[in-house]
Amino acid sequence: MATLDSKIPTGPIADKWTKHKNEINLVNPANKRHIDIIVVGTGLAGGAAAASFAEMGYKVKSFCYQDSPRRAHSIAAQGGINAAKNYQNDGDSNYRLFYDTVKGGDYRGREANVYRLAEVSGNIIDQCVAQGVPFARDYGGLLDNRSFGGVLVSRTFYAKGQTGQQLLLGAYSALSRQIGKGKVELFGRHEMLELVVVDGKARGIISRDLVTGEIKRHSAHAVVIATGGYGNVFFLSTNAMGSNGTAAWKTHKKGAYFANPCYTQIHPTCIPRSGDHQSKLTLMSESLRNDGRIWVPKHLKDVEAIRKGTLKPTELKEEDRDYYLERRYPAFGNLVPRDVASRAAKERCDAGYGVNQTGEAVYLDFKSAFQRYGKEKALVEGVDNPTPAQILAFGKEVIESKYGNLFQMYQKITDANPYETPMMIYPAVHYTMGGIWVDYNLMTTIPGCYAAGEANFSDHGANRLGASALMQGLADGYFVLPYTIGDYLADEIRTGPISTETPEFVEAEKAVKDQIDKLMNIKGTKTVDHFHKRLGKVMWDKVGMARNAKGLTEAMEEIKQIREEFWSDLKIPGVANGMNTELEKAGRVADFLELGELFAKDALHRNESCGGHFREESVELDGEQKGEAKRDDENFKYVAAWEWNNTPGEAILHKEDLKFEFIELKQRSYK
Amino acid sequence: MAEKFINVTLKIWRQKNAQDAGKMVDYPLKNVSTDSSFLEMLDVLNEELVAKGEEPVAFDHDCREGICGMCSLYINGEAHGPDRAVTTCQLHMRMFKDGETITIEPFRATAFPVIKDLIVDRDSFDRIMQKGGFVSVNTSGNTQDANALPIRKEDADNAFDAATCIGCGGCVATCKNASAMLFVSAKVAQFSLLPQGKVEAQERVKNMLHQMDVEGFGNCTNTGACEVECPKGISLDNIARFNREYMKAAVLGSE
Repeated sequence: MATLDSKIPTGPIADKWTKHKNEINLVNPANKRHIDIIVVGTGLAGGAAAASFAEMGYKVKSFCYQDSPRRAHSIAAQGGINAAKNYQNDGDSNYRLFYDTVKGGDYRGREANVYRLAEVSGNIIDQCVAQGVPFARDYGGLLDNRSFGGVLVSRTFYAKGQTGQQLLLGAYSALSRQIGKGKVELFGRHEMLELVVVDGKARGIISRDLVTGEIKRHSAHAVVIATGGYGNVFFLSTNAMGSNGTAAWKTHKKGAYFANPCYTQIHPTCIPRSGDHQSKLTLMSESLRNDGRIWVPKHLKDVEAIRKGTLKPTELKEEDRDYYLERRYPAFGNLVPRDVASRAAKERCDAGYGVNQTGEAVYLDFKSAFQRYGKEKALVEGVDNPTPAQILAFGKEVIESKYGNLFQMYQKITDANPYETPMMIYPAVHYTMGGIWVDYNLMTTIPGCYAAGEANFSDHGANRLGASALMQGLADGYFVLPYTIGDYLADEIRTGPISTETPEFVEAEKAVKDQIDKLMNIKGTKTVDHFHKRLGKVMWDKVGMARNAKGLTEAMEEIKQIREEFWSDLKIPGVANGMNTELEKAGRVADFLELGELFAKDALHRNESCGGHFREESVELDGEQKGEAKRDDENFKYVAAWEWNNTPGEAILHKEDLKFEFIELKQRSYK
Repeated sequence: MAEKFINVTLKIWRQKNAQDAGKMVDYPLKNVSTDSSFLEMLDVLNEELVAKGEEPVAFDHDCREGICGMCSLYINGEAHGPDRAVTTCQLHMRMFKDGETITIEPFRATAFPVIKDLIVDRDSFDRIMQKGGFVSVNTSGNTQDANALPIRKEDADNAFDAATCIGCGGCVATCKNASAMLFVSAKVAQFSLLPQGKVEAQERVKNMLHQMDVEGFGNCTNTGACEVECPKGISLDNIARFNREYMKAAVLGSE
């Protein structure tokens, strides 16, 4: 039975990482050549780790389900990446980034991990610039910054609305260089379907070649799971269509504890859903909240007129608008953290102020930004008495240069021009803070098996701040795993090549083949998407933005029901020994149908509100914070790490108590 | 702006695997929402096919927000279809008329063999990248400070514009020569504009061009169709920059 030892080094917070690096074991360069590492996933965490391992001399096998590592969903991250560089001279520091992240996570993250994250954040920017990542710069040629939610400094580095793309292409370039040198063997269009554990240690994986259907065995001295989050359990999310929880879930079922599955980030600024045909939701970057103001009409009669189309939002007078974030949270205004902004939007829409036909939309308005930037640019361009039309035109030009691709994306999807009318937005599932439990070294409860990036649970607590996912993915991949994995592998130098002919590999391969046979032979009547959509609806309605005990209990039962129907009435055409996109989806949905139940179970057990997890039973009843989420540190100041026990509903709870030695536990206030 | 429903006839390339000859097959589809994206329209078709026990149409797609570069359809004779500056996932059915016949084929090029139906193998792009699409810098906690080297805003912006290429291959599918020049030149131009990329500029341009030829892509004859169809608006200027870099390498090369 694994125990939860977080292996946090002793000493002052600012010295822990340096001390740990000085004390951990190293592997001699000559020995690295004989050690294999499998990295599953090629996003920021996986791509960066695989490239870095190969540069250090290890033999690496890299896997992705996409055709190329460059397509991992990190590519879709828009707004930016945080780093405590203090280039803006606004009082930023490692400590402040650490503090903001712990507070933003509603005091449910692990202090030591978060401090390390802040500590290496500056190195990430240096590294990326050295790789040729074209960050935004100002006229002096130095790097530019913007602000993100939940903080009072400007520490976000960006490349228009395509920061994730540029950072991923940096990691992909580094990875490509190592593939070209033969140091990394790439398996594109391959999906990991099982983890192989030999004598208690992770020793390899079983993969399916998505083109030929071939099931293959791969051995290694260590396995890194960097396969992202499980937001697609909701069917509709901002994740890519292929994003899935399978690798993480299979690892969980092989013995890795799964931590805080209920911590989900519902992102406040996404394009609202339109109809049944919809396959995914599209994010509008949080960076837009730098310049956009969020509002709904003050009066219900205006809401009705807008819905009927008799009143345009641009016609509504300032005094008839309710800028509800600025009203409720004057200190942070439109830049409150994501969980707070999402709940505030839901509150207004539940009260009947939603501005579209479905009643689930609020405005994100750039009117005042057009004016502010327009006046500034007119001065810079030497136009002394600019006309209102000139100011507006200049203002639009500036906004275009900052967010052009996002505005274009919005227009293509909605057929409405956001330069002329405010954007409509609504919260949507975006990121999962929960994931595989890892210790300070990012090792799971299975020795030799690591988890990195969104796939692990560690750094963001119950709510992730904007522009911190990219930071964490690259920190794990470039600057944490390359050190910590050596500590484990130093004991593996005498192991030699690992055979794939052992009973454990044979058995794991058989389990994969059996599951595929079982799926193909149900021969029922309903499609994979039919079940996925039903699961998604239960998750959104009862395990979504607001949760209560009754709904969660029902959800667990309903998900079990859907799972049983799935296994008796699923229909997959075609064959297993060739490309079969329905079979791929079926395997992923089968895992979501288990994960979803554990998710609801975790949400039910955590009878407090914290970060993205909001329990209707746990709300401040009076005082200045009336109506805000109420955390319960006395009973829930721990990481919930679940151990697999034959069925998700029977999972066994283990607790890692969170110690706050360097930051005082306080109620999170953004007022 | 209001949602409408249209009927269309789809003519889709079906091919079981790389060995199969393949053929066009007609599929009528009713009540397609004009608010749905082109790929969501294909989702609806596939749900109908699966319900009938037929194999769904295989097509590549992932992020569905125009950035991963996975989707790759040739629609009515154009890479990514009739709209401009979009990937197929950003193409919406409001671009089509009621009763229209829509022809859907895979991207076609010798260097992009068909895997199944509308899915092609674009590994050749990755292999070109492996020959020089990088700056040779290892991960290190000791590189110089990111602000130690100012870069002219104009150069940084141009490098960014070149770097926004998503590697979809639309340029190749559109080019009458099936040339990968826009793709390769965008990467070469990005690094040629940045001080970090200048050190290996000569080797990069030669090695990437050589691999492009090895993969069986055609030559560039500057017809410019690639620029028109590129979902990210990658400019032909990059090809000019590539040629300049190549000339420099050829004339000044130290070998």
